[in-house]
Amino acid sequence: MTLDVEHIQKLADLARLEISAAEVRDVSAKLTAIVGLVDQLAAVATAGIAPMAHPLNQTQRLRADVVTEDNEHERYQSNAPLVERGLYLVPKVIE
Amino acid sequence: MDWETVVGLEIHAQLATASKIFSGASTRYGAPPNTQACLVDLGYPGVLPVLNARAVEMAIKFGLATHGEVALVSVFARKNYFYPDLPKGYQISQYDSPIVRGGYIDVVLDEHTIKRVRLTRAHLEEDTGKSLHEDFHGMSGIDLNRAGTPLLEIVSEPDMRSAAEAGAYMRAIHTLVRYLDISDGNMQEGSFRCDANVSVRRRGEDKLGTRTELKNLNSFRFVEKAIEVEARRQIEILEGGGRIAQETRLYDPDRDETRPMRSKEEANDYRYFPDPDLLPVVIDAAKIAALEAALPELPADKRRRFMQDYALSAYDADVLTSSRGLGDYYDELVESTKGTPKLAANWVMGELIGTLNREHLEIGATKISPAALGSLLDRIEDGTISGKIAKDVFEAMWTGEGEVDEIIEARGLEQISDTASLEALVVQVLAAHPEQVQQFRAGRAQVLGFLVGQVMKASQGKANPQEVNKILRAALQA
Amino acid sequence: MHEKTLAQLSAALRKRSVSSLELTRHFLDRIARFDAALNSFITVTAERALAQAAAADHRIAAGDATALTGIPLAHKDIFCTAQVKTSCGSRMLDNFISPYDATVVERLAAAGAVMLGKTNMDEFAMGSSNETSYYGVVHNPWNHECVPGGSSGGSAAAVAARLCSAATGTDTGGSVRQPAALSGITGLKPTYGRVSRYGMIAFASSLDQAGTLTRTAEDAALLLEAMAGLDARDSTSLDAAVPQYSQHVGTRWENVTIGVPDNFFDKGLDDGIATAIHAALGEYEKLGATLQRIRLDNVHLSVPAYYVVAPAEASSNLSRFDGVRFGYRADDALRGDLDSFYKRNRGAGFGAEVKRRILTGTYVLSAGYFDAYYLQAQKVRRLISDDFARAFADVDVIAGPTTPTPAFRIGQKTGDPIAMYLNDIYTIGANLAGLPALSIPCGFVDGLPVGLQLTGSHLSEPQLLKIAHHFQRDTDWHSRMPPGYA
Ligand SMILES: [Mg+2]
Ligand SMILES: [Zn+2]
Repeated sequence: MTLDVEHIQKLADLARLEISAAEVRDVSAKLTAIVGLVDQLAAVATAGIAPMAHPLNQTQRLRADVVTEDNEHERYQSNAPLVERGLYLVPKVIE
Repeated sequence: MDWETVVGLEIHAQLATASKIFSGASTRYGAPPNTQACLVDLGYPGVLPVLNARAVEMAIKFGLATHGEVALVSVFARKNYFYPDLPKGYQISQYDSPIVRGGYIDVVLDEHTIKRVRLTRAHLEEDTGKSLHEDFHGMSGIDLNRAGTPLLEIVSEPDMRSAAEAGAYMRAIHTLVRYLDISDGNMQEGSFRCDANVSVRRRGEDKLGTRTELKNLNSFRFVEKAIEVEARRQIEILEGGGRIAQETRLYDPDRDETRPMRSKEEANDYRYFPDPDLLPVVIDAAKIAALEAALPELPADKRRRFMQDYALSAYDADVLTSSRGLGDYYDELVESTKGTPKLAANWVMGELIGTLNREHLEIGATKISPAALGSLLDRIEDGTISGKIAKDVFEAMWTGEGEVDEIIEARGLEQISDTASLEALVVQVLAAHPEQVQQFRAGRAQVLGFLVGQVMKASQGKANPQEVNKILRAALQA
Repeated sequence: MHEKTLAQLSAALRKRSVSSLELTRHFLDRIARFDAALNSFITVTAERALAQAAAADHRIAAGDATALTGIPLAHKDIFCTAQVKTSCGSRMLDNFISPYDATVVERLAAAGAVMLGKTNMDEFAMGSSNETSYYGVVHNPWNHECVPGGSSGGSAAAVAARLCSAATGTDTGGSVRQPAALSGITGLKPTYGRVSRYGMIAFASSLDQAGTLTRTAEDAALLLEAMAGLDARDSTSLDAAVPQYSQHVGTRWENVTIGVPDNFFDKGLDDGIATAIHAALGEYEKLGATLQRIRLDNVHLSVPAYYVVAPAEASSNLSRFDGVRFGYRADDALRGDLDSFYKRNRGAGFGAEVKRRILTGTYVLSAGYFDAYYLQAQKVRRLISDDFARAFADVDVIAGPTTPTPAFRIGQKTGDPIAMYLNDIYTIGANLAGLPALSIPCGFVDGLPVGLQLTGSHLSEPQLLKIAHHFQRDTDWHSRMPPGYA
């Protein structure tokens, strides 16, 4: 399976990654190689095998419904590139 | 041409937990922006989700109340997409393995019709934050206080056949989640939101038409109006030979029309997969049994019981079961009074609800307890006061003047029932109205009402009307 | 002083023959002297280290020291450290100051350990050579023209060069064991969930595990004791008691059966490494171990399965890096619409390898490909895990090479991702199955170290560390120092 330039652009849109025209051929070639590697999986007989999402058979722990966090927005927002009146700013969101 | 509208709803009910579904931040509404968004809610590098036990219990309660199957193992999955109000770039939700599957709810359409709406599933997920579009130099501001608030997404089958049915279903779910105490259902605060899948087809057709999804319908009225205009739009297109595009649309209440949502234009590929930060949620049967045993009486059961045990009309039973608090109040009232259940129903639906509505109060904020109202009804029942006087006593009780008997005593409102006093009043009235006496005797029976009224007036409303009636008749026929 | 193991330094500190301040100054001096050439640290936290050292000396004087009190060590820059830059080797987080400590950092600090700084790493731990770091390649102390391995390459090089007594690392597909092997030190990846992932920037959540880079297995035991244990903030952390690993390593040798997978010696394995591994296995026979040939039939599928599962989880884990709340924001990001805002921040904030993995993960999860790739890989993951479970019914541990080749030249494999990925062919299985595994030095090929990998069943760290410790009692490969770093 070849991941052509067009498919790469579609994936890059989905993943919100800017891939320059200079990069895209190289990305296409390398991803095609990676897909070639993982395509080995297709030949494996796996009928009746349950998919394994976690390495150990654990189950989810639950936490008590208690408020434990304080208002620390100033500290947390010190890493933010642009904040105004306590809000994170981004280009206009259109619904 | 005869068209049928087909509707299925996806309702998001915010669960009434104190903390968020995966973090210890508060869910309180209305805090300043981002003051209730902790590291987990902000999607900071390295932090991890841990599941809130109460949110799980609430989902189980809903499943039990809707006769659904509570999954012994359910799985959280990631729904991947980019949006500024979604800090991690994915929403933690449930996909293949929701916590509740199937079930149904019986919806009262009118006094005589109950419709069973089937549920597809109900699953737990986290809410997103909010984008504020007021002007920030042409940018949007992001508030993540709401991010991570627990939601129960309740998905119905496409079982509704009109906007009105959809509205009734939404009300029934709203009533139910409040009965179960799992959501405050506050629609102004966005705690109860609805998306509608709408399609139309020619009546008699089996196949479903192409549907559109209407987003963010945040009041009962908008749900009905939006579905109506959307169905009309689709019918017009189909009658004109056109085709319906499967798309997400937004209802604009100002223009009363729907329009496509721009942010949803591109086909999304959510790439769901099990969230590796969370493990399978295993619920044991004993836990389910305990929650089932603690379930309150549900609206449909209460309605049936009120009609059977109290001989109430379907209408009265509907009104009195419209909230758990009202139904409980009524039950306690009937329990505490010697008055009939019908008398109790009339008083709750009349004076009590009227006064609460006038003062914009919920039943929980009533100023007259069921026991107090019960003793007022007792005084009507035993003839101490008339129903009319009782309304004044009710008002006095509401404003805190005291207990029923104190007020009757203090205001001298006790009904006059002794024959001697009433006879004296009758004699006085007959003497003052010889003309009407004449007319009655000439065969105009309806004059009696006027004369009763005059006696009541003379007694300042305290005379027992039944007794007055009896004595008057006797005096006139003498 | 620096030639001593952590265990020896711990004894010296408690005997008061050296102070933590002296020790800390000594290692800081070595970092200043050697690290310009090695590039193993991204951030050196000298001031904080000296303050922690002074506090540790007080604690030792007060008689309330743990084995780690006063020990200078380094953290891989994937662990969040409050008030200190936590870059994850990426331009994306070059300006990121964590507001909190990872559980591992918190626990080691509570034990009294001194943090010298944050070590270099492959960007977001995606690499096997430390060449994908935004902060430049790390050089192997044994040969500066070679890579130290990755992704915990900075930690491995720093420990190998004796710039710190030990370091933390993380292992998603071999990222502790492979650099340990290539740098001639001991690297332990515990059982999945043994150490909390809270505060460890996620690469692939179902595979990631924090580990240790030390000189000896005994040192690893001391570190793991302090790091391991249940953490309520990590749903996947194990609720299992933490054994006294360091008490157990020196207990009397009991006979063990060591499984040797035939297919770990197939083509692709360097001859010199094969020779060193066979010699090490001979050493174990001398100790009284029984060797047993085994087969892990599906282990050749571990690399393809891994390169579906890991990028899939990574593509989602790395979505949070969007330049809104933290992280890199491109200069022109606000000039376009929302989509181009994201694309510019992420396009320029991430390096080429990270972007490749995000795209691979996006691909294997996307509509139409999910079943063939992601779901199939998860099924194969179970087959691989079942192979190990079957093997552990017969043998106590599995032994073999950690890597197919010794350290390779910088730049040698950067153009060929598949060649790079195959470095982890022997290590990935343990991550897929969640097993504990470690690498210990067992020889040299052309002056470059060779690692022996030992893999155990779930939570068998006590036995694994003990078997490694007994080997290190009878050999001195782990004591060799890279020339020029004496
Ligand atoms: Mg939905
Ligand atoms: Zn939803």
